[in-house]
Amino acid sequence: MSRLRSLIEAGDRLVLTGEARTMDAGDLDDFSEKTVEMAEWVDAINATDNPTARAHASNVAIAIAIAQMGAEPVLQVVCRDKNRLACQADVVGAALHGVENVCCLTGDDVTAGDEPQACRVFDLDGPQLVSVVDGLSRGRYLSGRSTGRPLDLLVGAVENPGAPPLEYRAERAALKIGAGARFLQLQICFLPERLEAFVSALDRAGLCQQAAILPTIVLLRGTRGLKFVHDRVPGVIVPPETIARIEAAQDESEAAYALALEQAREALALPGVRGLHLTDFRHDGALSRLCEDLRIPTREERYADAYRSPLAV
Amino acid sequence: MKVIATLEHVVKKPMFGCQMCGQCVLHETGMTCPMNCPKTLRNGPCGGVREDGACEVKPDMRCVWLKAEHRARAWPLPSSWRAHFGHLRAPVDNSLHGTSAWANLFSGRNRELPAGWQTERARPGPEAT
Ligand code: SF4
Repeated sequence: MSRLRSLIEAGDRLVLTGEARTMDAGDLDDFSEKTVEMAEWVDAINATDNPTARAHASNVAIAIAIAQMGAEPVLQVVCRDKNRLACQADVVGAALHGVENVCCLTGDDVTAGDEPQACRVFDLDGPQLVSVVDGLSRGRYLSGRSTGRPLDLLVGAVENPGAPPLEYRAERAALKIGAGARFLQLQICFLPERLEAFVSALDRAGLCQQAAILPTIVLLRGTRGLKFVHDRVPGVIVPPETIARIEAAQDESEAAYALALEQAREALALPGVRGLHLTDFRHDGALSRLCEDLRIPTREERYADAYRSPLAV
Repeated sequence: MKVIATLEHVVKKPMFGCQMCGQCVLHETGMTCPMNCPKTLRNGPCGGVREDGACEVKPDMRCVWLKAEHRARAWPLPSSWRAHFGHLRAPVDNSLHGTSAWANLFSGRNRELPAGWQTERARPGPEAT
């Protein structure tokens, strides 16, 4: 059983996940160097699958690289680039290398990336992929053919608490949880009232006990990053007041860090939230600083004394 | 069969923008054809819906699922249809593309699902709304 799964199933332990940096040319040493800081803090690291519709080293290759450096990978699988055969092959192939956590996404459209001419696949959608991977976990391909033995995976998904139709988002999350998702990494949300409404709808429905809810915190260097997120990440808006506030600060980078810390504190204080999903675009030690400021011990320290979050759930 | 398919196309294309997927779910999706979603999503909107309700892929078009969700609530549809809105729909059977959903409904072909598709998993907890 994966470490992430045992933490989630424990019910009261803090859960931290993170997003690995994308890799292009290079070697595994480059990769570990870039990932070592994150690995010190988070329980599991996402191997992304062509994020924002740009080609990079593949999800499976990165997941294996994460496992080889002694950290625990989460294989992201996106419906945009692969049909149902290829999605299943990713999961089964990675499992052969010991990858036991899978996060299923519908995915940004090809128009979000640098190859808008690409064919968009979407043979499955996000909730269907969750169900198919849950089937693999129980030992069956979608066709019904046996995988030989159950893959015994931890399946998760993503939901965007901030995109319309707002009142329907919790129901869509429920659909994914019903299909087998045991954790939800939420899309970055710069509107705290939307995040709160979403999490409290899930909590009222008793769903936060069935899946670990992990809001995303993104570490950016300043307004350029915020504007990039606003303009380029589909379904995410950064309110102009937020950008203005950072712009007006003496030290933009410090203000951007303070914003992330404030978001992290607010997210962890929401009843029903189990932990955080961290994305670091700064690469300047801000990730360690964030965890320290939140008074979260390192991963090893947390395991040593079965750390429970003072804030979560 | 060809005649039925043509007739179906003539009726459903102008009314619902039917794409002839051959396995109609209009009654479950607020009489809004999900195959008009550029990502052909059958289970609700993607996370890319724009702040003004426009589609991530086609900024000039309202998200198909916003329309569907509104209609499923606001239109006087049978309550059993409305109840199906939030159910998990199976992956599209691509081999049915271009065939008549009416004929497939009649023959039961549209209910043939892959053997590994898990249909009857209990939904957790009460409906979140
Ligand atoms: S915004 Fe709506 S119509 Fe556009 S791709 Fe996403 S779900 Fe489909």
